[in-house]
Amino acid sequence: MALRLPSKVLEHILSFIDSNEDRNSVSLVCKSWFETERKTRKRVFVGNCYAVSPAAVARRFPEMRSLTLKGKPHFADYNLVPDGWGGYACPWVDALAAKSPSLEEIRLKRMVVTDECLEKIAASFKDFKVLVLTSCEGFSTDGIAAIASTCRNLRVLELRECIVEDLGGDWLSYFPKTSTSLVSLDFSCLDSEVKISDLERLVSRSPNLKSLKLNPAVTLDGLVSILSRAPQLTELGTGSFAAELKPEAFSKLSKAFSNCKQLQSLSGLWDVLPEYLPALYSVCPGLISLNLSYATVRMPDLVELLRRCSKLQKLWVMDLIEDKGLEAVATYCKELRELRVFPSEPDLDATNIPVTEQGLVYVSKGCRKLESVLYFCVQFTNAALITIARKRPNLKCFRLCVIEPFAPDYKTNEPLDKGFKAIAEGCKDLRRLSVSGLLSDKAFKYIGKHAKKVRMLSIAFAGDSDLMLHHLLSGCESLKKLEIRDCPFGDTALLENAAKLETMRSLWMSSCFVSFGACKLLSQKMPRLNVEVIDEHPPKTRPESSPVERIYIYRTVAGPRMDTPEFVWTLHKNPEIGVSRLAIK
Amino acid sequence: MEKVGDYDELVNLKATELRLGLPGTEEETVPCGKSNKRALPDDTEKEIESTGKTETASPPKAQIVGWPPVRSYRKNSIQTKKNESEGQGNYVKVSMDGAPYLRKIDLTVYKKYPELMKSLENMFKFSVGEYSEREGYKGSDFVPTYEDKDGDWMLVGDVPWEMFVSSCKRLRIMKGSEVKGLGCGV
Repeated sequence: MALRLPSKVLEHILSFIDSNEDRNSVSLVCKSWFETERKTRKRVFVGNCYAVSPAAVARRFPEMRSLTLKGKPHFADYNLVPDGWGGYACPWVDALAAKSPSLEEIRLKRMVVTDECLEKIAASFKDFKVLVLTSCEGFSTDGIAAIASTCRNLRVLELRECIVEDLGGDWLSYFPKTSTSLVSLDFSCLDSEVKISDLERLVSRSPNLKSLKLNPAVTLDGLVSILSRAPQLTELGTGSFAAELKPEAFSKLSKAFSNCKQLQSLSGLWDVLPEYLPALYSVCPGLISLNLSYATVRMPDLVELLRRCSKLQKLWVMDLIEDKGLEAVATYCKELRELRVFPSEPDLDATNIPVTEQGLVYVSKGCRKLESVLYFCVQFTNAALITIARKRPNLKCFRLCVIEPFAPDYKTNEPLDKGFKAIAEGCKDLRRLSVSGLLSDKAFKYIGKHAKKVRMLSIAFAGDSDLMLHHLLSGCESLKKLEIRDCPFGDTALLENAAKLETMRSLWMSSCFVSFGACKLLSQKMPRLNVEVIDEHPPKTRPESSPVERIYIYRTVAGPRMDTPEFVWTLHKNPEIGVSRLAIK
Repeated sequence: MEKVGDYDELVNLKATELRLGLPGTEEETVPCGKSNKRALPDDTEKEIESTGKTETASPPKAQIVGWPPVRSYRKNSIQTKKNESEGQGNYVKVSMDGAPYLRKIDLTVYKKYPELMKSLENMFKFSVGEYSEREGYKGSDFVPTYEDKDGDWMLVGDVPWEMFVSSCKRLRIMKGSEVKGLGCGV
């Protein structure tokens, strides 16, 4: 009796399954399910571009329309990964140009993208629609011009916090006069001025434009003109918000905003003068997302703005908001889901950080839906952490950065172990956690014991011994990404939990005490891990027991990569060959 | 403190354990009470005076790479704005001829020239002599000068305080022979 589901039926069922986690599970059921699933997957996500080869991905998913790729490890954001480490988009684009010509969407994060690569994308994918580059580098505005001019059906072009060689604002004029398909454009990270008339014309002929993020070179006048042509925008990133204070400028701005009745998300606001903030009041009641993290505006002005934002779900702001401002947020922004408070003085020297643990406590108490927190402050207390955990067991992401390394609970002088225990224990759905302050191995015992759903963990200046690492690797069942810096563990816990590393995407360790010998051993014993030693000094010239500066370990089915620079040592699997740098120039 | 060996009771890790050393040899598991945290770079710091703020300040901390974890993109945006906006502190570099490294002071914490002078004198351990409009600084080998927005080197004290604060890009305490050209009458 044939009990197998006919593949047509299975295909139909799978058409309702979008989540890649679910599809991954489906593909493990049996061979025929694997086959049906792979032939129907349209959106492919590769969390580590070195975990698998581009050819293998193209082969497995012939119907792929959208690819998301991530390159460098997260700590690259904080300058811990030297330039030239890797993460090149080119090999992917080359392979896909040949094997997946129907690709429509490419999203890259922390990758090196060249102009040639962008030109290849433009030339190879006939129906290309979406390009999103986040924290990427290596290209110039010429590459962007190529995309703009060639991709006839381009809908989305977003450059998010990229480092771009800015050769001028001409790229904007490369959008053909006939292009009307734009839905989202983000050029906020570019420096050069674009011709405002080009922008006006582009906006006027793009009736589907919903999201527009301008760069700081766009003036208030320019903004007013753009807004009048695109009142349908739902997301807006302003340009520079400073200008001479003329009364007619203010009223024009105010009117322009009040015509944008569908605006839900607001960002940019560089150089915002507090006198211009009232121009935004008309859109506040409809705002769901507000990014004020580049606005050096003082607390009273912030409160005046925020108390009108009753629907706000996402708020990014600088610590200039002060505890008092956060108290106001707790009172007025009852729908808040995500809060990020950035330091206005990101220095160790900073003496005057105007938010304390109290600010976060206010928001935790007042905002019942709060589930994601990123908070920078100078010091914290266990009591505050315990309160936060008690009030907000629904937290999914908790990233606390106590700027002072090794700072204890400043009221009791104890480590913050108890506080993070409460977080790990109380917030059962916690998926992402960053810890800071003075922490002993105990803190990690609690995290290992309770934080069963944590997938990403970031740790700095914490712990006492190998126990800390052992607790995490043996306890955190869902752990996928672990990044640790400046912690005092050595080889033992790493080697004893080697098997765990194959269940994770990656492990980053820098300024710890892991020895070169341990890296070699790990690499030899675990064929499906790439163990990369990132060190300016050749490891061969030092004793095997000496600690190595940075180690990046990740699982892969693609073997050691071929594009390592001089300072990256990929330990060869064959112990006879020893250490080599497999580099093909 | 728990020793690494304790958890062996729960799970036999020896079977899958990776160790450095030949198979078949037993090694004492070393309790990992190994020394502790790496010191922060340049932790043992300087006996140098405070940075000139009127409140007591601890010595400037050495910077740690990548800490606090703020993206360079964001750090750069904030830096430029800090330098531009008022009331946020106006830090300028101060060099003294013969001194091995530079200092930085926040001009906005001072209200007038004598306060600034006193702070500089304390910082670099020197005396500045007496100022007169006609003759400049008399009675000392040291003369405070500054570079203004136009790139010219000027004598500190010649212009009104507010004008000085808004036009000063950096300070240099000149010494000895170079000093003569500024009419200090030494």
